[in-house]
Amino acid sequence: MPLRQGVILEFELEGSDFNGAGEASSKIKRTLQQLGIRHEIIRRIAISAYEAEMNVIIHAYRGVVKAAIYQDRTELTVQDEGPGIADIELAMKEGYSTAPAHIRELGFGAGMGLPNMVRCTDKFDIKTEAGVGTRLSMTIYH
Amino acid sequence: MEEHFHSVRLTTDRCQGCVSCTKRCPTEAIRIRGGKAQIISLRCIDCGECIRHCPCRAKAALTDDLADLKNFQYNIALPAPSLYGHFSADIPVDAILSGLINLGFDDVFEVAQGAEIVTLAIRDYLKRPDIIRPAISSACPAVVRLIQVKFPELIDHLVPFDAPVEVAARIARAEAAKALGIEADKIGVWFITPCPAKMTAVRRPLGSEKSNITGAIAINKIFNDLLKVVTADNQLVKSKASWVGVGWAVSGGETSAIDAENMLAVNDIQNVIDVLEQVALGKLKEVDYIEVLACAGGCIGGALTAENRHVIEFNMKKRIKKKKSLDPTAGRLPRETYTDFELGSAGRRAIEPIPALRLDEDIAKAMSKIEIMDKTLKTLPGLDCGSCGSPNCKALAEDIAQGLANKTDCVFILRKRTRDLAFAMVDLAVKLPPPLDKDHNDDY
Ligand code: SF4
Ligand code: SF4
Repeated sequence: MPLRQGVILEFELEGSDFNGAGEASSKIKRTLQQLGIRHEIIRRIAISAYEAEMNVIIHAYRGVVKAAIYQDRTELTVQDEGPGIADIELAMKEGYSTAPAHIRELGFGAGMGLPNMVRCTDKFDIKTEAGVGTRLSMTIYH
Repeated sequence: MEEHFHSVRLTTDRCQGCVSCTKRCPTEAIRIRGGKAQIISLRCIDCGECIRHCPCRAKAALTDDLADLKNFQYNIALPAPSLYGHFSADIPVDAILSGLINLGFDDVFEVAQGAEIVTLAIRDYLKRPDIIRPAISSACPAVVRLIQVKFPELIDHLVPFDAPVEVAARIARAEAAKALGIEADKIGVWFITPCPAKMTAVRRPLGSEKSNITGAIAINKIFNDLLKVVTADNQLVKSKASWVGVGWAVSGGETSAIDAENMLAVNDIQNVIDVLEQVALGKLKEVDYIEVLACAGGCIGGALTAENRHVIEFNMKKRIKKKKSLDPTAGRLPRETYTDFELGSAGRRAIEPIPALRLDEDIAKAMSKIEIMDKTLKTLPGLDCGSCGSPNCKALAEDIAQGLANKTDCVFILRKRTRDLAFAMVDLAVKLPPPLDKDHNDDY
């Protein structure tokens, strides 16, 4: 009997909390491994989740990462409270980044986040409002 | 091939059921059930962490014995370079090799020679533009199995070469068969090993159908006997390996032998897990090569060595320095060429993922198990004390979801339930009607 209800994982993120970075994606990855999802798929989901997580930590005040895992797909949604993205088209370009210098010096914010997510996901949607925040929705089919 | 062979075993009589090993196992492969440890076979990577940390010395590695030599016409010892570090640098390698002959071997072939060939092969491999970066060393079998179990997405990063010992064994066996005119399978080829994972790799080879190694004899099993026969004036056998191969014993030796840019050397299983996690997240792409060794310090820290690893490291470093400075004159120069036969790259099998973390083959069932796990986990105290016999609360929740454990295995839940039961009994006792024993009515 196929389950309509999926496994839902939710994580709260704090802006600038680099210590917690990667926790959400590694927990999501672990759950996918327990479900026996193919590893190429897991890798794409883990990388997308990680990039999204990093975006919140680098750019926003706080946010929530949610992974809804169904039999045939995983849906990632990341909602943040932050400055939003001024020019989405520009932000989607590889290598374009608005990350401040001190963060780039740490090796983050190389401007690959959004392009990476687009590359790894089957459906990608981004909504952003200046001064309010950004919402990312991604789907990866298993 | 023995599908489920593991070198790491439990001596049940010695096991006190403490939880030291469950906490150390990097793949959460150990449970205490019925007061004794059990190893979940599919998950165990034979890293030897549990051997190292068992206070009762109940964990041991199954290896072969010198007595097994009698089953073969001709016997060759393959000493791991880490063996050399068990002796001070004043004792020449020639003397150590000759000591092995005194123990009953007919010949020796240094694993360090295999390491030199693999070094050259990796150098060439890293020049290819089409490989997946970072390339990951496949020399440590515990790490290869860790990748199969926990990081299957990184299998394509592994360099597609046999470990040095396998290369050494192939050459040693073929050369001896040719020179002596005896059948290859009448020759015993014995790895003198610091490492249980390598013993396992003999029985369950990684990347090839059948290993060329006959068996593995633990360094700590023969070290005492060897000490007695190694003397500086017994130098029958000439060492053939240069510092390049010998250096592989110590963490960082492999990368300095390969000598390309952008390399990383990582040792100790927890550090290895951390760095592999980063690679899995798509980081470290600018790194060309990662040397990863499961033991702290590298193979010199193997669970079957017979000396403190810092002592071995000191001896090794001194020896390598000496070898380097000798090389141009009296010592051995590093090799410069190798053949495809030596490397054995033909007929390598792909390394397959091991789905040991999967909860169920049926994804729908796995999902409902995750749900049970989640619910259960919320009711557990979250102390990760391990008293239940599972390594942490999460693992207990998983075991409960799998039907392998009960909630009352948790001592805190058991205590609470017992207390609740006691209160309920008192409650009941109070509510009970007065005794019906009429004879004693007057006493009240
Ligand atoms: S050898 Fe390593 S993986 Fe196997 S049970 Fe012991 S600690 Fe765990
Ligand atoms: S580091 Fe060396 S001794 Fe330790 S498990 Fe790996 S190969 Fe064996």
